[in-house]
Amino acid sequence: MSKPDTAPGRVIIDGNEAAAHVAYRSNEICAIYPITPSSPMGELADQWANEGRPNIWGQIPVITQMQSEGGVAGALHGSLQTGGLTTTFTASQGLLLMIPNMYKIAGELSPVVLHVAARSLAAQGLSIFGDHQDVMAVRGTGFALLCSASPQEAHDLALVAQAATLDSRVPFVHFFDGFRTSHELNQVILLEDEDLRALLPEPLVFAHRQRGLSPERPFIRGTSQNPDVYFQARETVNPFYSDVPGKVQAAMDRLAGRCGRQYHLFDYHGAADADRVIVLMGSGGETAREAVDYLCAQGQRVGMVQVRLYRPFATEAFLESLPESARRIAVLDRCKEPGSLGEPLFMDVSACLAGRRENLRLIGGRYGLSSKEFTPAMVKAVFDHLAGDELRHPFTVGIHDDVSGTSLDVDREFILEPADTYRAVFYGLGADGTVGANKNSIKIIGSDPARFAQGYFVYDSKKSGSQTVSHLRFGPDPIHSAYLVQSANFVACHQFDFIKRTDVLKLAAPGATFLLNSPYDADQVWSRLPGAVRRQIREKSLDLHVIDAYGVAAAAGLGRRINTVMQVGFFALSGVVPIDDALARIKAAIEKSYQRKGAEIVRQNFAAVDAARAALQQVTVPAGDDDGPPMEALVAAGAPDFVTRVTAEMIAGRGDELPVSALPVDGTWPSGTAAWERRDLSAQVPVWEPELCIQCGNCSLVCPHGVIRARFYDESELERAPAGFRSAVLRGRGYPEIRYTLQIHPDHCTGCTLCVDACPARSTEQSGKRAINMADKTPLLDAERDNLAFFESLPEADRGRVDFSTVRGVQHLAPLFQFSGACSGCGETPYLKLVSQLFGDRTVIANATGCSSIYGGNLPTTPWSANSEGRGPAWSNSLFEDNAEFGFGFRLSADTHRQQAEDLLRTLRPELGDDLVNDLINAAQAEESEVRVQRLRVEELRRRLGDLDKPEARRLESVADHLVRRSVWIVGGDGWAYDIGYGGLDHVLSLGRDVNILVLDTEVYSNTGGQVSKATPLAAVAKFAAGGKATPKKDLALQAIAYGNVYVARVAMGANPQQTLLAFREAERFPGPSLILAYSHCIAHGIDMRFGMRQQKMAVTSGHWPLMRYNPVLREEGGNPFMLDSQRPSIRLKDYTEREIRYRLLAATNPTAAESLMRAAQIDIDVRWGLYEEMATRGDASFHFASAASQHGEPPNQGGPHGPSN
Amino acid sequence: MDLRTDYLGLSLDHPVIASASPMTDKEENIRRMEDAGAAAVVMHSLFEEQINQEAAAVDRLLASGEESFGEALSYFPPLDHYRASEDRYLEILATASAAVDIPVIASLNGVSPAGWTGHATAMEQAGASAIELNIYYIAADPGESGREVEDRYLEIIRAVKGAVSIPVAVKTGPFFSAFGHMARQMVAAGADGLVLFNRFYQPNFDLEQMAVTRALELSGAEEIRAGLLWIAVLYQKLGASIAASTGVEGPAEVVKYLMAGADVVMTTSSLLRHGMGYLGNLRDGLGEWMDRHGYESLGPLRGSMSLSRVADPSAFERANYIRMLEEFEPA
Repeated sequence: MSKPDTAPGRVIIDGNEAAAHVAYRSNEICAIYPITPSSPMGELADQWANEGRPNIWGQIPVITQMQSEGGVAGALHGSLQTGGLTTTFTASQGLLLMIPNMYKIAGELSPVVLHVAARSLAAQGLSIFGDHQDVMAVRGTGFALLCSASPQEAHDLALVAQAATLDSRVPFVHFFDGFRTSHELNQVILLEDEDLRALLPEPLVFAHRQRGLSPERPFIRGTSQNPDVYFQARETVNPFYSDVPGKVQAAMDRLAGRCGRQYHLFDYHGAADADRVIVLMGSGGETAREAVDYLCAQGQRVGMVQVRLYRPFATEAFLESLPESARRIAVLDRCKEPGSLGEPLFMDVSACLAGRRENLRLIGGRYGLSSKEFTPAMVKAVFDHLAGDELRHPFTVGIHDDVSGTSLDVDREFILEPADTYRAVFYGLGADGTVGANKNSIKIIGSDPARFAQGYFVYDSKKSGSQTVSHLRFGPDPIHSAYLVQSANFVACHQFDFIKRTDVLKLAAPGATFLLNSPYDADQVWSRLPGAVRRQIREKSLDLHVIDAYGVAAAAGLGRRINTVMQVGFFALSGVVPIDDALARIKAAIEKSYQRKGAEIVRQNFAAVDAARAALQQVTVPAGDDDGPPMEALVAAGAPDFVTRVTAEMIAGRGDELPVSALPVDGTWPSGTAAWERRDLSAQVPVWEPELCIQCGNCSLVCPHGVIRARFYDESELERAPAGFRSAVLRGRGYPEIRYTLQIHPDHCTGCTLCVDACPARSTEQSGKRAINMADKTPLLDAERDNLAFFESLPEADRGRVDFSTVRGVQHLAPLFQFSGACSGCGETPYLKLVSQLFGDRTVIANATGCSSIYGGNLPTTPWSANSEGRGPAWSNSLFEDNAEFGFGFRLSADTHRQQAEDLLRTLRPELGDDLVNDLINAAQAEESEVRVQRLRVEELRRRLGDLDKPEARRLESVADHLVRRSVWIVGGDGWAYDIGYGGLDHVLSLGRDVNILVLDTEVYSNTGGQVSKATPLAAVAKFAAGGKATPKKDLALQAIAYGNVYVARVAMGANPQQTLLAFREAERFPGPSLILAYSHCIAHGIDMRFGMRQQKMAVTSGHWPLMRYNPVLREEGGNPFMLDSQRPSIRLKDYTEREIRYRLLAATNPTAAESLMRAAQIDIDVRWGLYEEMATRGDASFHFASAASQHGEPPNQGGPHGPSN
Repeated sequence: MDLRTDYLGLSLDHPVIASASPMTDKEENIRRMEDAGAAAVVMHSLFEEQINQEAAAVDRLLASGEESFGEALSYFPPLDHYRASEDRYLEILATASAAVDIPVIASLNGVSPAGWTGHATAMEQAGASAIELNIYYIAADPGESGREVEDRYLEIIRAVKGAVSIPVAVKTGPFFSAFGHMARQMVAAGADGLVLFNRFYQPNFDLEQMAVTRALELSGAEEIRAGLLWIAVLYQKLGASIAASTGVEGPAEVVKYLMAGADVVMTTSSLLRHGMGYLGNLRDGLGEWMDRHGYESLGPLRGSMSLSRVADPSAFERANYIRMLEEFEPA
C-alpha cells in the first residue's frame, strides 16, 4: 500500500487503489479475473498478499485467479456459502458473466461486495471505457448498487458497502466510473484499520460464518422449489431490502463520525430555492457540482442531486433531498437501454416522484457513454434546456445527434478552470516514460499539505508508437474536475515530430508556457515549426522553450528514456514548486524507484537531472514569418470517401465532433483502413541489398506489420521505374527476363528489426551486413515512397501459379493483414498474416477478445484488408469466452448454405447442364489452383443463373459463393483457449466440423498486462504468480490429440518457418477440426523483441516448445499420425529461460525457489519429450483405438467439400 | 605432513584454493568445497560492467510497454523483492563467510573508479576475508602508452587499498613490457599479494555465422609455463604473497607452482573437469608427492626451483630458453 505523504493518512492514488485498499483489508478471500479497467484492483490485492500484509483481523487474504468471471462468481458463491468473507473486482462483460450466481448470492442473502470499475458493454462495438451499462444490467439481481464519484469516495464507500452488507445481509455492487475514477490520481485520505474495525463489528462476521454450511449443524440450501412456495419464498426478503437504506445511511454516519466526511444516500448541492435540478450519479456529479456553483454565483436557481445508493431506491430519502422549489428535473443516465421509456435512473426517479410531487416536469437524458467527456458546459446545456419552452425526452448531451435530433447544443466557449488551479498537458510517446514521470510529479507536488493534485492519462488505441496525453491539475483546493484539462497553463510536447501531426497547442491558454523536446537549438527551431504552430504561438503569446531531451538522456547513458529530463523541464519552467525542492524530490523518487535495480541506473538518472536544467533554452519568437511548412497529412492521398470523412477525423483526434449520421448503424466498418494511415513510427527502416539477397522470403514472412513485400515481374516493367528502384534477377531456373524486388512500406515500419535477424544471407566482405539492414529513414523516405508507388503498380502474382508449399513462394502472396497497431516486433501477427496470405480471400475469422482483437479491430484504423479482387478475410469479434462457439456458428452457416447450393444445383441440373453441376459439386479444392478454377465455375454459374427466371435461381444466387470452399478460422490467445474459452473450444473440437483454431500462445494474458494463464510455463513469473508458476503448462495439444480425429500442430515460426507453413496448410485442408498452437514471443516475456524469432528457436531447441503435428489423415491411411518435427533438445532449458525477464525475475527475487522450480521445469520437459518421442515412434496400430476407428476418421462434415455428393 | 601456509596474512591448512568461477557463486557450493578440502575459496567475480548492463537491461525490458496502453499499464508483478545482482552477491558472501571456517575471498572486476572502491567496501562489510582485484583491461586504444596502462592498474590498487582494511590481492595478466617491475609497483601501491595469472577472454571467429565469439575453454597443464616462469623469477623479491593460477590439472602442477615459489595454488578447470571433490585429491596428491620425495613441510619445497635458488640468475633465464631450442627436434 502506498505510504502516506506528509499529511497524515493522505496519499495520492487512483480510484482502483482506493477501493482495493478497503476491500483487501476487510476480506479473507479475493477470487479474481483480469478485465479492464478493474484489473489493477486484483493486482494490488495480489501484490499486498505477496508482501504479507494482513487484513484488519490479522490474516493475509488468499488471492486466487480463476479461469473466468463465471468461475470467480462460482468460487465467490461457494466461499460465501461456507462462511468466507470474500470479494472480487470486475467490470463490463465480466460482471455480466457473474449474473447467474449474483441472483443466487442475493437470493440466499449472502453478504458480499463486488467492486466494479463501471465500463461500457460490447454492443455495436467493444469499449474498455467507462459508463454504467454494466452495473445497470445487474440491477435485477437483488444486489444493492452503491456509487462512488471520486477516488476518495471509492475508498470511503467501499467501507460503507462492506459495513452495510454485513449488517443487512444484502449483497452490494460498489461501483465507480471506469478510467475516469478508477484511473484518476487524486488525494485520498486513508482510513485507518481502526476505522474499518469500528464499522465492521466482528459479531457480524461471526454471524455470517455461523450461517455457513457446516456438517456440525447440517441444513440444506439451494433447493428446487415448486409453484406452491417459490413465489412466497421470493417475497420473504422484502424486509431486508427495506432495511438497506437505513443501514447504509447509518454506516455513512458512523464513517462521518470517525473521519468527518459525511455522505448521504442522495446529496443535494445547489441553490436552496432551485427550480431546475439535475439528478445523476458517478463522477459526472463532480463536474455538475462545479457548474452548479458557477451558475448559482451568477444568480441562477439550479441544483443537483448526487445519487449514491441507487438500489434499493430510497424514495423518502430522495424526496427529502430534492428542494420543494424544484419544477424541472433532468435525470442523467450514463447508460443506454434501446427501446426503453427512459434509462434506469430516470425510470426509478420517475416512479419515485409519481403521485408524490406536483407541478414537476421530468425528462431523462444520456451522457458520457464510453468515457465520452462530460464538461461543465454540458451541465450548463442541460440547465439551459430545462429553462426553455420545449423539453426534449430523451435527450443526449455531449454528442451531435443529427439522426434522431436528441442532442442539446453545448457552448464550447464555456470553460470553468479556476484561476488558482495550475493546469498542465503533456504529449508523450508510450515508450518515453512521460506518464510515469507525470505520476511522479503529481506525487511530488501533492505531498505538499497545502496543495492538491489530480492526474488523468489518455492512452492510444494502438500498441506501437502510441501517443499518451497526460492531464495534470494542481491547486490550493481539492480538485473535483472530472474531465480533461480544457485550458492549460503549461503544454509539453515530448516528441518533436508530434507538432507536425497533432495540434498540441489546442489546449494552450493565452500566455501559457510551451516546452518542446527539440533536436534543434533555440535559434534554429522556429524555421522547423509548421505554420499552424507558429501562428498559435504568436496569437496566444506562448512562452516557448526547447530542450534536446534525447541528447541529454543519451549523454547521461539513459538511451531513449527522456522522462526525467522533461520532468526537470516542467518543474524549472512551471514554478509550481521551488526548483531546488523539486530537484531534490525528483532525485529522491529516482533513488526509490531505481535503487533495487542498481546504483548505476540511479547515477545516470541523477546525471540527467543535473544536466537537464542547463539544457533548457528559451526561444525568442521572430517577428513575422508565420509561413512554415504545412502540417503533415495523416492519411495518404486518394483514400476512399469514408476514410477521408470519418476515419481521418478520428485519427486527427476529432472523433468527438463526428455526428451520429457519420457512423455505421450496426457496427460494420470498412476493411483495410490501416493502409491509408501515415504513422511515421520508426526513425530507421530496412534497406534491401539485391546483390546479397537469396530471395528466401524469411524477412517478409516474419515481418509482424506486413511492411516487406516481394514481387516478380517482367524486366520490361523497369522501363517506367523511378531512379533508384532496386531489382534483381529472379532466382530459379530459366527466368532470365523475370525480375524480383523486395519493397518496404516506410510509413508503416515500426523498426522492430525482426527481418534483419531472420535474414540468412550475409556479406562475404563485411561482417554483420546482411541482405536486409536497418538505415535512417529520413534521407530515404521520399524515394522509398516513390518506389513503393511504382512497386504497387507492378502486376500481382497469379495465385494459381505461386508455390504455396515454400516460404520462398508464399512471399509473393499479398498479405491481407497489414499495418496493425500491435506492439513493435509482435510474435503473434506473423501467423495471422500468413493465414491471410494463404487463405485470406475465402476466410471468415472469429476472433476472441484480447490482443488480437485489439490490434485486429480497434478503431480508428484496422488491418484486415481486401485483395485487388475485393476479396479478403471477413472478421468479427464476439466475446472473450465464446469465440470457439462463435466461429463454429460460422461453419454451421457455411455448411448449411453449401448444402443448399448443392441441392439447388441438382434441382436446376436440366437448365444448368450436367457438366457444370457435377464439376461444381465434385471439384477438388485442396490446392489453390483448384480453388481458382472453382471460382471460374461459380462465375459461369452466375452467368447461367442470370438467364433463368425461376425462384430456385434466385435462391442459388444467394448461396452460390459457398461453392468455393470457405475457410473458417477461430483465433485467440491462450487466455481464451486455455482458460475462459476452454469449455467451448473443447466442445467445438468434439463436434468434428471443419474449423481451424489458431491459438496465439504468449503463455500469459498479454492484453490485460501479463496475468498468469494455464499456458504459463512452470517457473515463469507473471502477475498472480509473482513467486513463479508452480504448476506446469497445460498440454493442450495432447488433450486435443486424445480425440483422435482432431488435427493438431504445435509451431514456432522463428524455429522452423517451413514446418509452420506446412502445418497451416495441412490444418486448413483437413476436413475436420484443427488446432494450431503457435508460439508467440511477447513483450510480456521481458525480452528484447528484436530477437523474438531467435528466442522462438531456443524455445524449441531447449525442448520447451517441441514442434509436432498430429494428422488424423495419416491414421486413416494406416500410418502413425504423430510426427515430432523438432530434434531432441540440444540446449538446456536454462539457456532459453535466462534470456527472459519473466524467468530471471524469480532468480533475482528468490534464487532458491527459482532453482527448485527450474529443476522441476527441466524434469517436466525431459519427461514430456520422452512421451512425445515414444508417441512418434509408436507402432501405427496403437493409434487406431476403437472410438476413432468406428468413425473411420470421417467427421460429420455434412455437405462440406469432402462430404457426400450425388 | 605439514602443509600449512600463509596467504595475504591468512593462515591456511594447505595451499590449494578454489579460484573464482561460476561454481563459487553459491553458498552451498562454497560449503561443499570446504568439505571437499579447499583451504580457501575465492568467490566468483563480481563484474561491475555486467551488473550495470544487467541493471540497464532489466530496467529497459521491464519498462518497455509500460504506461503506454490503457489496458496494460505494466506487464510484470511489482519488484519489491527484486535485488540487483550486487545485492545477491553480497548476501551470498555474507552467508557463506558465516557458514564456513575457511577464508572466503571476494573477487571484483570493475570498470569505474567509483565502482572499484564502492564494491570493495561493500565486500569488506559483508565479511570477506580478503579481496581479489581481477584487473582485466585490454589496451585496445593504440594511443594509450604502456605507462598509462600501468598507471591505471596502480591507481585502482591504491584506491581500493585506501578504502578497505582487509588484504587485497591483484589478479593480473603477464602482458607488460617488464612484468617483474610492474609486479613490484603493484606491491608498492599496496597489493598484499599477486595472483598469476588471469586468462584473457580472447575472441574467436565462428566461420559459419561469420561472427565473433567469446567462448572460454578450460585451461590445461601446458598453460602453466608463464606462471611458473614469473613466480620463479619473483619469488622472495616482492615482499608480498604469490598465488598461482591457471593450468592446474593435477597434483603435479600444484607441486610445480610451489617449487617455483607460490604460497598457494588456485584451480577452477580441474574442478570443472572432476568435480569439487577433486580439491581433496589435489591436497592429498601434494602430500603423497612430498612424502615420496622426503619433504615434511612446505618450507623446503617452496621456491626450490625458483630463480633465487640458482647461482647465476641471468644464466638461468637464458639457459631456460636455449634448452628449449636444443630439445626441439623437427619431425
